[in-house]
Amino acid sequence: MENPIVKAENYNGYFGDNHVVKDVNISIKKHEVIAVMGPSGCGKTTFLRGINRMHELIPGGTSKGKILLDGQNVFDMNVIYVRYKIGMVFQRPNPFPNLSIYENVVAGYMLNGIKMSKADKDVIVERSLTSAALWNEVKDSLHKKGTFLSGGQQQRLCIARAIAMQPELILFDEPTSALDPISTSSVENLFHELKSNYTLIIVTHNMQQAARVSDKTAFFYMGELVEFDDTKKMFTAPADQRTQNYITGRFS
Amino acid sequence: MEPRIGFRNTKSVIFKWVIIFFAFIITIPLIVVLLYIIKQGVTQVNWHFLTHVPAPPGETGGGIANALMGSFIMVLMASIVAIPVGMLAGIYLSENPNTKLAYYSGLCVDVLQGVPSIVVGIVIYVWIVKPSGGFSAIAGSVALALMMLPIIIRSTEQTLKLLPDSLKEAALSLGVPYHRVIIKVIIPCGFAGILSGITLSIARVIGETAPLLFTALGNNYFSTNVTGPMESLPHVIYSYATSPYDDWHDLAWGASFILLMFVLTLNIVTKVLTRKWKIQL
Repeated sequence: MENPIVKAENYNGYFGDNHVVKDVNISIKKHEVIAVMGPSGCGKTTFLRGINRMHELIPGGTSKGKILLDGQNVFDMNVIYVRYKIGMVFQRPNPFPNLSIYENVVAGYMLNGIKMSKADKDVIVERSLTSAALWNEVKDSLHKKGTFLSGGQQQRLCIARAIAMQPELILFDEPTSALDPISTSSVENLFHELKSNYTLIIVTHNMQQAARVSDKTAFFYMGELVEFDDTKKMFTAPADQRTQNYITGRFS
Repeated sequence: MEPRIGFRNTKSVIFKWVIIFFAFIITIPLIVVLLYIIKQGVTQVNWHFLTHVPAPPGETGGGIANALMGSFIMVLMASIVAIPVGMLAGIYLSENPNTKLAYYSGLCVDVLQGVPSIVVGIVIYVWIVKPSGGFSAIAGSVALALMMLPIIIRSTEQTLKLLPDSLKEAALSLGVPYHRVIIKVIIPCGFAGILSGITLSIARVIGETAPLLFTALGNNYFSTNVTGPMESLPHVIYSYATSPYDDWHDLAWGASFILLMFVLTLNIVTKVLTRKWKIQL
């Protein structure tokens, strides 16, 4: 079997004394789209933020166990390097308000002080914006501030910013929850295209979205990973009663 | 029910006009002071006034060149120290609001802001003027810097606290080290607010006489020697105004006019720049 890109071994996440993610074991293969769903407060976002160690930025946020990225434990790696290798897109679009669209795309390089020629930057900007399905909309206004874009465009700009770093893995934390339906579908369509080059882990509490975009779905409940299987199987014949209850709307 | 509604509407209208009245009232003192100083001072200002030092008693003419230069040097030296220190402290306070250190240093900042300026002057006199053996522009600058610090610290802190956490997360998730996040993202995004704090602090101390009385003292001659006594705008106003000569009183009005214009310009420039550079989040 192919080596997994992300493998969690007994991962536990805490906020102070609050045990929010409990003994999660999961193995994610390359070029898959994984949806992580579950009710609010089930630990899905904490798990996601554990992967690139953003969880520990929150006061009281600690982790136990292992998360292997290409076989290497992220907790033994330099945290800067981990985050550099893993892309992340947040709940609310957060382009840098002081930078132009162009600068936002190469922000990962610029802010890290990596010097590049203008030609190299041009290539990265065009390629990333094209992959994020935003190039045609913004190619004439690359030097305007990113915050002039609509919410959905801003979110795709943030995706372009993540892609520009050429990560193997991109984490999405409820990426469409702040967007209107049209912007949501533009972002969802993008997931299908990104799949061929990247591994995507998408946290969502929208079940339809999980069903639409993912190959596999993980269901979290009360901090536990209840079930992880092919999305089709999860939505038609879930193995666990709790999954069944959740997808049939018996609790939220 | 019906008549009550009419009565309540009337009360609302009266209330509205009362607050409009008071909002108008408070502008009157400022306008009166402004007009009076302009009327008294504007006739004194000419090229001679700006480029000459005070004349000895009995001679006509005389100006404030030494005071202009002195104020400029001392405020510049105070800014060089107070701006970086104040910004760094402000960044700490906004980044780590729940630590013990933040609590106590925040408290100190508030107390420092409340210390009367004359007390700051006396303290610097004891700390610097006495040990160093004489009045100096350096001592004056230290006193001014102490007065600028709390304003810069608090305005930096307040500005940065308003920036959303998502901004910092965006940078950190790209693997940007913390110090670069602060320098490249947080400070540029809060720049307009930080800048307005800095210019307001300058506007505040440029007119301070009390902390300079015991430190820079004053000097009737043109001097750029920072280890010796130096004249300043507020001090030249003080010494001209308390003199027994009528033509010196006129010069005091002229200097007041110049000082007022400085402060006014600084405030307006701040407003304009903050609006222009304000970053839409």
